[in-house]
Amino acid sequence: MSYAEKLLPPQPAPPVLAPPVSWSRIFGLCVMGLWAALAASLLYMMVSGWDNEKFLRYGPRYLSGLWVTVSLVGLSVVMGALMSLPIAFARMSTSKVLNAISYCYVYIFRGTPLLAQLYLIYYGLGSFKPQLDSVGLWWFFRDAWYCGLLSLTLNTAAYQAEILRGAIQSVPRGQHEGAAALGLPKKVAFLKIILPQALIVALRPYGNEIILLIKGSAVVAVITVFDLMGQTRYAFSRTFDYQAYLWAAIFYLAIVEALRHLWAWIEARLTRHLKR
Amino acid sequence: MSGLFSALSSFWAWIGYAFDPLCGPVGLFRIFASDTIVACGDAGWGDEIAFGVKVTISLALVTLPVGLVLGFFIALALQSRDKALRTAAGIYTTIFRGLPELLTLFIVYYGLQMAIQSMLAYMGVEERIEINAFFAGMIALSVVFSSYCSEVLLSAFRAIPKGQYEAGDALGFHRGRTMLLIILPQLIRIALPGLGNLWMSLLKDTALVSVIGLSDILRQTGVAAKVSKEAFFFYLLACCLFLVLAMLSSIGIGFIDRWTKRSEVRR
Repeated sequence: MSYAEKLLPPQPAPPVLAPPVSWSRIFGLCVMGLWAALAASLLYMMVSGWDNEKFLRYGPRYLSGLWVTVSLVGLSVVMGALMSLPIAFARMSTSKVLNAISYCYVYIFRGTPLLAQLYLIYYGLGSFKPQLDSVGLWWFFRDAWYCGLLSLTLNTAAYQAEILRGAIQSVPRGQHEGAAALGLPKKVAFLKIILPQALIVALRPYGNEIILLIKGSAVVAVITVFDLMGQTRYAFSRTFDYQAYLWAAIFYLAIVEALRHLWAWIEARLTRHLKR
Repeated sequence: MSGLFSALSSFWAWIGYAFDPLCGPVGLFRIFASDTIVACGDAGWGDEIAFGVKVTISLALVTLPVGLVLGFFIALALQSRDKALRTAAGIYTTIFRGLPELLTLFIVYYGLQMAIQSMLAYMGVEERIEINAFFAGMIALSVVFSSYCSEVLLSAFRAIPKGQYEAGDALGFHRGRTMLLIILPQLIRIALPGLGNLWMSLLKDTALVSVIGLSDILRQTGVAAKVSKEAFFFYLLACCLFLVLAMLSSIGIGFIDRWTKRSEVRR
């Protein structure tokens, strides 16, 4: 019987083999080169086509358009959240009538394009001028900004109602039963036990919905609201300078990316007690 | 040969007429609305709107395969072992998921126009080019669709266990065959709900091409609304048509869902 007399001396690590050059590497480098060339040409286009007069004339307009977009989206998200509460509860109620009404509302607003809803509200309802005048609502439907706000709010309310309903229904039944076993009244149980858990589930979809709304809000430019997109179209129609759209793209990308990262940070912060 | 083509095209036109749900021989507008504002023919707007419906459906149907294939390859690139390829695909999805669809449409429409024009000017041809709105809409929509589709497919890829690939290797399959015979059927089954949602949003996004002048549902109803001063009725009609399309496609997606699950164990 034999056994090792002494330990083997420590061996050096095997040499790292260079990864073989594969097609995917070549293709990836090519596409990266394409992106770099595109970015460089855009930069060149911006530097060579820089016009101080244009910048001074349209720069402030872009900023005002940015403010219109942000205020439109912010207001409609808040008002849509308020509106989505009764819709979500109607959707979960046992009453057949409430259920049917809220289901139809959600289905209609999620099944039709935002642009069609916008046209329906601005041009469609706008054609009832005498009737609206007699009710005293004409000032509202005359203004494209208010119409854009109304249609964005109605649209996002439908989506947010679905998010809220899904989140509340995702809370396991045991939580309701636990609250009932503790003798908590329904209202307290909902506010202190169900809602906090539901909102954590709803956090990510809410972020997606806000981003979708920022992107969707660009269509209000079509009914002559001067939001970021509207100012872009104005600048393009005056100058025929392609940079107008590139600046808008930079603005939108910056907003969306900033919001996405902010939301990821908020989510990580709010769910840190769930991480192990 | 030209006789064959003309016969085919007239046959195609006949099919388009006979199975037209709005203005065909058994179309809704022809039967129920023959003496109203949406009558077919010169008296009303029925045939124009029916044409718009066809344009919307064909735009969505043409965009779908392009976007799906592009999205599939981008999903493959996103999970590639190579860092450059991953980054390149990530930049693509970040850009096109961050831009509003309307802005993408404008960038593609005017950008292609200007690129072609400057290329022609470089070659010495001075001419104003106007590219086809259908083509521009198709490109823009499929780019947007593919970037969302790649995310859906990527998460579906991640849901397929590694053992499935190893099983393919154990059977001696080539990598393409493993993909085609083992991975893809499961991938479709997992990704179908997400892809169904994407199809719904694609259907809604086609409405945006009316802004660059393609005569889809919204454009045709808009023209009718402007001429006839019945804006509310026509835009309501447009919303109803989109709703009907959404309902039909959810029925269709349900069928496909059952078809892909036909071999699963019934529980």
